[in-house]
Amino acid sequence: MCGIAGVIHKNGPSDVGLEVTKMLQSMKHRGPDSTGFALYGEPSEHVVMRIKLADPRGAGSIDWSERIERHKMELEARLGKVGATIDRLEGITEYAARVTIDYEGDLKSLVDYVEDIPGCEVLSLGHSLEIVKDLGDAETVSAQYGLTSFRGTHGIGHVRMATESDVDIAGAHPYWAYPFGDVAVVHNGQLTNYHQWRRRLERLGHRFQSECDSEIIAVYLAEKLHNGVPLETAIKDSLTDFDGVFTYVVVTEDSLGMAKDVMAAKPLVLFESDDLVALASEEVAIRALIDHEIDTHDPYEGEVLVWNR
Amino acid sequence: MESVAVGERGITYDARGLVEPNAEPPRTSEITGDKAVFDAADCTTRTINLEIRWLLTDKGVKDVTVRNPGAKHSIGVAILERCRIRFEGSLGYFGVALIDGPEIEITGRVGWSVAENMMSGTIVIEKNAGSLAGAAIRGGDLVVKGDVGARTGIDQKGGTIIVGGNAGLLTGFMMQRGRQIICGNVGNGLGDSMYDGAIFVGGKVASLGVDCEEAEVTTDDQEMLDHKLGYYGVEHPDVFRKFVCAKKLWNYDSLEPNERKLVL
Repeated sequence: MCGIAGVIHKNGPSDVGLEVTKMLQSMKHRGPDSTGFALYGEPSEHVVMRIKLADPRGAGSIDWSERIERHKMELEARLGKVGATIDRLEGITEYAARVTIDYEGDLKSLVDYVEDIPGCEVLSLGHSLEIVKDLGDAETVSAQYGLTSFRGTHGIGHVRMATESDVDIAGAHPYWAYPFGDVAVVHNGQLTNYHQWRRRLERLGHRFQSECDSEIIAVYLAEKLHNGVPLETAIKDSLTDFDGVFTYVVVTEDSLGMAKDVMAAKPLVLFESDDLVALASEEVAIRALIDHEIDTHDPYEGEVLVWNR
Repeated sequence: MESVAVGERGITYDARGLVEPNAEPPRTSEITGDKAVFDAADCTTRTINLEIRWLLTDKGVKDVTVRNPGAKHSIGVAILERCRIRFEGSLGYFGVALIDGPEIEITGRVGWSVAENMMSGTIVIEKNAGSLAGAAIRGGDLVVKGDVGARTGIDQKGGTIIVGGNAGLLTGFMMQRGRQIICGNVGNGLGDSMYDGAIFVGGKVASLGVDCEEAEVTTDDQEMLDHKLGYYGVEHPDVFRKFVCAKKLWNYDSLEPNERKLVL
């Protein structure tokens, strides 16, 4: 059992970091292992990279501090070598950093080169997407990364109860759709043809950071978007291509979409008004945002919906 | 029972993992005669349920209004006496499940598994309900004036489920007895693997499930439909179609176990 949530404002930015934090904290009981956010700020002229510099499970080892410092220097050097100009490099936590760069080249080459640093993982890349994920509940992760002051138009989040893979950051959602910028996914359920799709996408040159089935959805959708398929069509295609029981939410630079599989075995509750769409595994998460009486409903089996900011 | 404080909010757990084993009813209701009004805004599921129980058993209240239930899960469960309870707002999962006798009104929506295992009583929900509405009910009336999700009345063993709007996939899945009245459309697999009972549909049927077939609507059926919908103020569609178990897959008699013993 995991919990997913999403919110999109149709008429301009809001405190989307705080909003997603509230939604996820109210669903802590659905997954205490890790919490993740994919938030969309105002589009930047720079490329924004969120990166994990080392596996936090190594904290406390003899060379931990030196390793982090070494990886940071290596990151700067490698970004320079591929032609990226660093605008700003912020250490957000001991092992996580946010880098803004000027870069016009191939994103895949950039990410592959950076991730060749042992233990480093690019969590997100794009002009407005920022993914933050770590172990602990929503309030803990949000405070750790300063997300309550994050302003933006839309975002999604996930609380995870690990069932198919380890309790670590690599297994935490949301998943960025490497190597395509500004696409992320959160998912509740299981894909039973995971290995088939992983092999298919690997043959197309994609790499996967985790053993988690949810990562397939992000890369599958981004591959379609990259080939010019509209988001809504790509999501509808996924209902045929993926086996299993699942509900997922996908976000791009401008849109938020959802899909519910044809067996409707995983929950999702939806609220829509003129200026806001909020959806979550449980209504209690939507109530964390809206304190007055509202009408909500469950999307039906096989339903696909997309909203734009 | 020994408990250990966990976390900054001091929620306690006992060895069986039960939340707040030592919780007490807040006793904050305004009581007037046999009526009470309770604001649940700042309460946990357990303290809300304890307050309702305290009102009904210790204070002799027969009519409870619960304000701001906040879509919390498992509210109003296991009420086993005749009384009236009105929830002003929405409930989460397993709302008013395991009840036997009360008349319940909910002004908002209820999440998955509303009324699960209800034995008797009435539940009227003014808005929508999630999937598994009326799962395994044995008696009573469950009325949802809006839409419901998938698998409505799964394993239903009696009682009546009335839906004013649409119902999703596998409505009446493995239904064993009782009635469903769906005024709107239903999704794929209607009545899949049902054993007995009847499902009345006023709108379109996406597809029938395994071993489900259409039957004739009798005058008794029509009288029942008119009565039930009129009583609960649900709009009556022009025409209803009736669906029952075809009994082609599984052949069995309709005797109760003690009747079967006599025959044998």
